[in-house]
Amino acid sequence: MTDVLDRPVTPSAPVAPGERTARRRAVLEWIAVHSLGVAAALFFTLPFVFVFLTSLMSDAQALSRDLVPHTWEWGNYRKVFDTPGFLTWWKNTLVYASAGTVLTVVSSVPVAYALAKFRFRGRSLCLMLVISMMMLPPQVVIIPMYLFWAKQLDLSGTLWPLIVPMAFGDAFSVFLLRQFLLTIPDEYLDAARVDGCGELRTLLRVVLPMARPGIAAVAIFQFFTAWNDYFGPQIYASENPGAWTLSYGLESFKGAHHTDWNLTMAATVLVMAPVILVFFFAQKAFVRGVTLTGVKG
Amino acid sequence: MTTLTLAAKRRRAALRTLAFLSPWLIGFAVFFAYPLLSTVYFSFLHYDGFRPPTWSGTKNWTYVAENYPLFWPAVRNTLWLGLVTVSLRVVFGLGVGLLVTKIKTGTGVFRTLFYLPYLAPPVAATMAFAFLLNPGTGPVDSLLERAGLPAPGWFSDPAWSKPALTLLALWGVGDLMVLFMAALLDVPQEQYEAAELDGASAWQRFRYVTLPNIAPIVLFAVVTGVIQTMQCYTQPLIAGKVASGVIQGAGTRFEPGYPDRSTLTLPQLVYNLGFQRFDYGAACVVALVLFALSMLFTAVLMRRGGGLDLAGDRP
Repeated sequence: MTDVLDRPVTPSAPVAPGERTARRRAVLEWIAVHSLGVAAALFFTLPFVFVFLTSLMSDAQALSRDLVPHTWEWGNYRKVFDTPGFLTWWKNTLVYASAGTVLTVVSSVPVAYALAKFRFRGRSLCLMLVISMMMLPPQVVIIPMYLFWAKQLDLSGTLWPLIVPMAFGDAFSVFLLRQFLLTIPDEYLDAARVDGCGELRTLLRVVLPMARPGIAAVAIFQFFTAWNDYFGPQIYASENPGAWTLSYGLESFKGAHHTDWNLTMAATVLVMAPVILVFFFAQKAFVRGVTLTGVKG
Repeated sequence: MTTLTLAAKRRRAALRTLAFLSPWLIGFAVFFAYPLLSTVYFSFLHYDGFRPPTWSGTKNWTYVAENYPLFWPAVRNTLWLGLVTVSLRVVFGLGVGLLVTKIKTGTGVFRTLFYLPYLAPPVAATMAFAFLLNPGTGPVDSLLERAGLPAPGWFSDPAWSKPALTLLALWGVGDLMVLFMAALLDVPQEQYEAAELDGASAWQRFRYVTLPNIAPIVLFAVVTGVIQTMQCYTQPLIAGKVASGVIQGAGTRFEPGYPDRSTLTLPQLVYNLGFQRFDYGAACVVALVLFALSMLFTAVLMRRGGGLDLAGDRP
C-alpha cells in the first residue's frame, strides 16, 4: 500500500503524437465499455426494480400502466404475511432446505472422500455413474418413486419423500466435494496415517477442517436447490397445503389473487429475497463452487 | 503368514471403501437403479395406479409416438429452444463475460449485478416475467408502446411464448458469464501481445487467439445448455399456468403448454401423463426418452470434455 502512495509521480513528459492517439483510443474504449456495462446492468436489474415498485402500489394502481407507485403501500407485505398458509410455506421451505442441506453434507462427504483419495477397482465407474446421475432430471424415475412413497409408504402430502433421499448422498454434492478434496495434498493424509489415525479419524480431524470451503459451497448450492425446487413439492406435497413450500405456494398465491399484481409481486420479492441475502453473505464460497465444478480446477 | 495378512489387509481396505461409499451406493440402488429398471418395466404395462397392471407390450410406445397429441409439439419446442435459446444464451453469455473482463471501474458491482438474476428462484423469476411481459398492463409493453413499437402478447401468444422464455433465460445468464469470465482470464497474455505485434485487428485477435483458447468451454456451455433445455420444466409450466389464468387447487385441470402447446417440454409430458391422465405406462415411455437423450449428451460431454474434470453447475 505504502509502495503505491510513495511512488514518485513521474513528471508528464511531452506526449508524442502516436502516444496521444493511443491514449485517446484508451479513453474512448473506457467510455464504450462502461456504457455497455451500464446498459447491461439496466437489463439485469430493471426487472427487480419494476417488481419491487409494483409490490408497493395500491390495488388500483397495480392494474394501471404506471411504473412508479403514487402512494407507497408497505402494508402489501403485511397482507402477504397475513395470507393463510404463507408462514407455513415459509416454515416448510426452511425445514426442507436446512434438513436437506445437513443430510446432504453428512452423507456426501465420506463418499467424496473415498472417490478422491482411495484407490479401488471400479472407482472411475463410480465417478461416471455419479456424473450421469447429476445430469438426469427427477422426472426420469418419478413414476416408480411416487408409487413407492405414496402407495407403499403412504407418505404423500408430506415432505419426507423429499428429505429422506438426501441422507443418501447427492450426486452433484459428491462431485463438487470430490473436486475440492483432490486439491488437498496426500501428504497431509499420509502424515495422519503415520501418526496412527484410522481413515475415519483422518477424515474428521485432518480433511474436514481443510475442506471447509468446499463444504460451504455444497451447503449453499443444496440450500438453493431445495429452496427453488418446484417439481418435488408439486408431486409429493400438492394434496396437502400444510406441506407446501414457498416455491409451490407462490403459484397458488397468484391464483388466489388473480389480478392483484401488487400482492403477487410482494410475495415474489419475499421468495427471492432470502436467496439473494444468503448469496451476499456467502458470495466467496459460492463463487468458489461455481469455478470448481464449471471449469478445470 | 505374510500372504495371509496381505489378504486380510486387502479385505479390510475393501470393507473400508464400501463403508465410506455406502450412503451413495444405497442411494444409487434405491433411488435410481431400481426405479430406473421399474420405469423400463412399467413402459410395457397398462397401469393406472388403481387396477392391477396388465402387460401391454409396445402399446404405450406406439401410443406416445402416434396418438399422444402432446408428444411431437414438445419435441418441436425442445428443438426450437435447443437451437435458438441455447445459441443466444451462449453468445450473450460470452459477450457479457468479455464485457466484464474489460470493465475496469466498479468491476465487483457490475459482476454482482449481472450475476444476481441467475439466483432468482425459477418460480419467482417466471412470475416476475409474467408480470413484466403481461400484455396490456406490463411495464415492457407500456414502454414499447410509448416508443411507438408493436407490443407483442408474449406468454399469451403462441408465436411469442418461446421468445419470452428465451428472454427469461437470457436474463439468468450469470452461470455462463462466470464460466466464460474464468476461461477468458486464462488465455495466455503473450498470445495477444504476439498477435498485436503481427498487426492483428481486434476481431482477428478474438477469432484467432480468444476463440481457439476457449473452444472447450464453449462446447461445454453448448452441451450443458442443450441438456438443461430438454429438462426445462418449471419456467414453461409456470408461464403457461399464469398466462392461462388457471387457479391452482383441487379439481382444476390445466392443459399444459398454454398457449396452443407452444411451451410444452418433455418433463411436462411425464407429469401430464402420469399425474393428470394416470397413464403410468405412457409416462414411463416419455421418461425413458428423456433419459436416453440426457445420457446421449452427457456421453458427448464426458468424451469431449476430456473426462471428469468438467461438469455443470447448479442450482
